[in-house]
Amino acid sequence: MVMDYFLSEEEQMMVETARTIANEKMKPVREHYDEKEEFPWEIVKEFAAADLCGVYIPEEYGGFGKGIMGLVLVVEELCKVDGAVALSLAATALGTLPILIAGNEQQKQKYLPDIASGKKLAAFGLTEAGAGSDATGMSTTAVKDGDYYVLNGTKCFITNGGDAETYTIFAKTNPQRGARGISCFILEKGTPGFEFGKKEKKLGIRASSTRELIFNNCKIHKDQLLGKEGHGLMIAQATLDNSRPGVAAQALGIAAGALDEAVEYARKRVQFGQPIASFQGIQHMLADMATKVEAARALLYSAARMVDKGTSKRTSKESAMAKLFCSEVAMEVTTNAVQIFGGYGYSREYPVEKMMRDAKITTIYEGTSQIQKNEIALNLIKESAAKNK
Amino acid sequence: MNIIVCIKQVPNTTNVQIDAETGRLKREGVESIVNPFDEYAVEEGVRLKEKLGGKVIAVTMGPPQAEAVLREAISKGADEGVLVSDRAFGGADTLATSYALSCAIKHLGDYGVIICGKQATDGDTAQVGPGIAEMLNIAHVAYVKKVESIDEKSIKVERMMEDGYDLIESPLPVLLTVVKEINTPRVASLKGKLAAKKAVIKVLDAAAVGADTKRTGLNGSPTQVMKIFTPPQRQGGQKFTGDAKSVAAELVKKLADAGVV
Repeated sequence: MVMDYFLSEEEQMMVETARTIANEKMKPVREHYDEKEEFPWEIVKEFAAADLCGVYIPEEYGGFGKGIMGLVLVVEELCKVDGAVALSLAATALGTLPILIAGNEQQKQKYLPDIASGKKLAAFGLTEAGAGSDATGMSTTAVKDGDYYVLNGTKCFITNGGDAETYTIFAKTNPQRGARGISCFILEKGTPGFEFGKKEKKLGIRASSTRELIFNNCKIHKDQLLGKEGHGLMIAQATLDNSRPGVAAQALGIAAGALDEAVEYARKRVQFGQPIASFQGIQHMLADMATKVEAARALLYSAARMVDKGTSKRTSKESAMAKLFCSEVAMEVTTNAVQIFGGYGYSREYPVEKMMRDAKITTIYEGTSQIQKNEIALNLIKESAAKNK
Repeated sequence: MNIIVCIKQVPNTTNVQIDAETGRLKREGVESIVNPFDEYAVEEGVRLKEKLGGKVIAVTMGPPQAEAVLREAISKGADEGVLVSDRAFGGADTLATSYALSCAIKHLGDYGVIICGKQATDGDTAQVGPGIAEMLNIAHVAYVKKVESIDEKSIKVERMMEDGYDLIESPLPVLLTVVKEINTPRVASLKGKLAAKKAVIKVLDAAAVGADTKRTGLNGSPTQVMKIFTPPQRQGGQKFTGDAKSVAAELVKKLADAGVV
């Protein structure tokens, strides 16, 4: 059916487990959560019980220790059925990666086991109303006060905001130093002065909560600082190198799910006395969709394996390529799936319109497609300059 | 206190075929699965363990390849798998199967509750569970749809009946057969699957469980299958239409012709 990527036995195990959860638990309720825009706690419990929450977290912290490739495989499989519900898990990974990358042993011991077990969700707080693609434009500040930092400001569009327990938050500790004046902190829900603002109403990924985080003289102990003061932006960049394959996997999963729906529908739908799958116009659309999905998968798996391979080399370019390509393919494939379904595709009675709505966010968050291109080009130029000094 | 769950490997019934000549199930090339009712038994066993402690030991009787169902039970929370396997057990009917399994359970000892699915989807007899209880001389409750409460000495369960349910209290040890209403079996977790892969399945033969081979397998099976057939589908009855009076007259005449009235 699909191309052979020589997955290990344990990787196949993760895929099968995620598939079972997706088909048995998520499929029957996906319309409900999309329609009601509720947070899918019952499914989060299923993820936890099946050990899916910690696939990328090392075993010593209670995870399954299968790295970004593990995360990618699970997210892809879940998103074939529902790209919104699966985000509770994928966005938790984004919020957790700063701890994995920059946390000290004590911080890892304190936070990772509960995330690995699925007892707690996490969220990543970088974006602000005035700081999207340009994170250095943030205005949230953290002012040192003895053994404490005092945070003030507002983050927006935070996935899992309000539903997560553990937050990795970026704030300026030294506004004069620009990119080197940002630091990263771990915040716990319930900390005095840490509140939640409005919940966004969105085009897609409606089962996922997106909220404002408001810091109003929020005082946290200096033990909550991740890495060194001023290293925040570097932690954010390293996090995105690791997390973008996760968004790519979400996009790939949605695309693969839409492709399956489109092929099945084209075989059943009869017009002019024959299944529309017998028309070359439809066949060529399906062939293009399938080829792009497979190319996206090959690029993503290679990037994910590279991320897991080592820490010596940054993988900004490869992660950006995977994210760019998979998300653009997802948008194209889901749009064409709706086209193949025709009027039924546009109707909420069939799942493809939701897939198209869910797909769109993947070209936007964790860096728009344009930002990914900047990242890729910047690295091309750097690599060339290093070679031809 | 340990919990023993008896499970069976059965052919996937969505495509079961019968050999017209021998009257036996064609098992070659047919995917084998855990008997669906036994999935509920495993889940209930694991839930009781999570409440009470102890171990869940999954037991099956069958050929060597039946160990697959034991690994599946382990992936869903059972602690150990025991395969009761011997040439001498082959061809067993429900009596001989109950005997062999009861010998194995006696051999394992230290159990408080034995749980079985209400019946297997291949034979559909629902006899082995109660049969084991009789051979062990312990109480049993069939068609359990809920465990109300349990402690070290006794258990209270709801037994599903056609017109409601009975609330039954029984001393331990007890054997329960469960219906699908009792729970929703969990999806095997990743750690469960790893444990299943690594698990060492204990294999017990007739000698190990101290079974008298005159009472096992074909030797111990009084049941003989004469013929297996698919009953002809029932045809629709005759319909009378018209006004009530003429329909009644027509019906009475027809019944009289048939010699029923």
